[in-house]
Amino acid sequence: MDKFVTLVGTAVPLRRSNVDTDQIIPAVYLKRVTRSGFEDGLFSAWRNDPEFELNQEKYKNATILVAGIDFGTGSSREHAVWALQNYGFKVVIAPRFGDIFRGNSGKAGLLTITLSQHDVEALWTAIEAKSDLAITVDLEARTVSYGHSSVGFIIDDYTRWRLMEGLDDIGLTLQQTDSIDSFEKTRPAFKPQTIPAR
Amino acid sequence: MGKTLAEKIWQEHVVRSAAGEPDLVYIDLHLIHEVTSPQAFDGLRLAGRPVRRPDLTIATEDHNTPTQNIDQPIADPVSKLQVDTLRANCAEFGVRIHSLGDIDQGIVHVVGPQLGLTQPGMTIICGDSHTSTHGAFGALAFGVGTSEVEHVLATQTLPLIRPKMMAVNVEGELAPGVTSKDVILAIIAKIGTGGGVGYIVEYRGSAIRAMTMESRLTICNMSIEAGARAGLIAPDETTFAYIKGKPHAPQDWDAAVAYWKTLTTDADAKFDHEVTLRAEEIAPFVTWGTNPAQGAPLSGNVPDPASITDAEERGAAERALVYMGLEAGAPLKKIAVDTVFLGSCTNGRIEDLRSAAAILDGKKIASTLRMLVVPGSARVRLQAEAEGLDKIFIDAGAEWRNAGCSMCLGMNPDQLAVGERSASTSNRNFEGRQGKGGRTHLVSPLVAAATALRGTLSSPADL
Repeated sequence: MDKFVTLVGTAVPLRRSNVDTDQIIPAVYLKRVTRSGFEDGLFSAWRNDPEFELNQEKYKNATILVAGIDFGTGSSREHAVWALQNYGFKVVIAPRFGDIFRGNSGKAGLLTITLSQHDVEALWTAIEAKSDLAITVDLEARTVSYGHSSVGFIIDDYTRWRLMEGLDDIGLTLQQTDSIDSFEKTRPAFKPQTIPAR
Repeated sequence: MGKTLAEKIWQEHVVRSAAGEPDLVYIDLHLIHEVTSPQAFDGLRLAGRPVRRPDLTIATEDHNTPTQNIDQPIADPVSKLQVDTLRANCAEFGVRIHSLGDIDQGIVHVVGPQLGLTQPGMTIICGDSHTSTHGAFGALAFGVGTSEVEHVLATQTLPLIRPKMMAVNVEGELAPGVTSKDVILAIIAKIGTGGGVGYIVEYRGSAIRAMTMESRLTICNMSIEAGARAGLIAPDETTFAYIKGKPHAPQDWDAAVAYWKTLTTDADAKFDHEVTLRAEEIAPFVTWGTNPAQGAPLSGNVPDPASITDAEERGAAERALVYMGLEAGAPLKKIAVDTVFLGSCTNGRIEDLRSAAAILDGKKIASTLRMLVVPGSARVRLQAEAEGLDKIFIDAGAEWRNAGCSMCLGMNPDQLAVGERSASTSNRNFEGRQGKGGRTHLVSPLVAAATALRGTLSSPADL
């Protein structure tokens, strides 16, 4: 996973709420067995519409997506995160995220930032007024800055540290193998096992 | 202060706890299917890691699998590759798998309980958001993404930040014709698609305790539709009776039951949030929009977005009506559908099929629509056939299919065409969920059957 400390980029305003992961990438696009190539399916139902924000030339190289409340609800498909990353997004900002999507993003290295509805509206207005508005996301300082505005955001220390260091969660957990071994010895014998099949 | 049921299960599974870090939580059962696992197995291979506990892991094929001609190779080459990849991965890593055609194949959330692998007090994960289903047994069960699937394969644990606790109380007695599906749709409409974000929901109250195990599974299944990663119900005699005799039921039954009986929320435990519904006030419920919270009693009308005060919700409702092709104020019972889908991890179990068959028995579905009946598992299908339900469905004019996720998400050929409208017992009415341009109304099995007979959204009382 790449380290994330600061990012300076432009953004796409997505003035929609309840963008579930089926909208981010429909099920028919989930059949790949790799982690790449999902950008084709990103928002596929909307990509035929020339007015759709991602189709507008002025937002072409954006790396930040600014969405409405309840972004990434529904299905647990991490493909939604990969589709956004494969397309080129590094950060998604919204007033609230689906829990599983948010967790998946943290694991895959896509930074999700929760700002208030008010702050998101202000950001939308600023981007719509100036599509090449430079936005700075500073994970170390926990701020989103543009023009003369700077808004703080909350992220737990642990997730922030992992993203800033680009750390692999599995590697970290495997350092705790002794604890896992000890825990397993305390599990009740009546807990089920899948093997052998009965 | 006392503890909630979810707090007790959580605490019993903490492997390691350190200030400023997530708890490392042990996972008792890992369910796998073909869509969210290939990249996880790939990750293991790249790092040279084994599956730590194949004996706590089980796979089934469900999302992609066809529901017709299952004796032939899967026609869609991309679906076939994904299923073949699962088979190869399970063989390589020593994971038990139930493939298409196997008697224990089926939707992962139907297979776990029917094998008796889902038991109270367990932690259960799967790369599928409807893993919350298993919470009906008093287990802590939740959906995860592929990175977490890989994490559990490698370590049998997950680093997790403990969610907050919410109680949803449903008190009183449900009216005849009102099912647990109506209850959960009413709950989601009340708290919204984001109302449960950050919470584990415990469903409580006399109406929940009176429900059968399969009705409870329907409730917990849709917790994620309210934003809650997990939902659960305290185990009781109904739970124990359901597990007894299942293939993987505990051999030391008394020890297990003694433990299971401790799995209740303490009287003095505090929830961070509490919601109460009166069972008597819940009527057959359907969705009219494009998220599961956009629902209303079937006897009502399509709402007028202008009457919604919240600007975000109003905009969402306006967009939903355009997508759904509906007029504000139109009676819901006047909406004609093209397809009725009975199945899914929400409503694809034997009780669901029985209740729908009882309504269809000796009657014919409307000539204006098709009805797909897709059992949740191969064993549910066999049980239904043993009871003659297949004959009732076929005689009524419905299609009797093989087990899988099918039209719930349209990864296999079972899809809606552009503009087609369904009454569906599944869990999501998202835009394009059942096929690009398809329009979905979520309903109970009883409403699905009555709708199939009348051609328009209907409850059994309308027959």
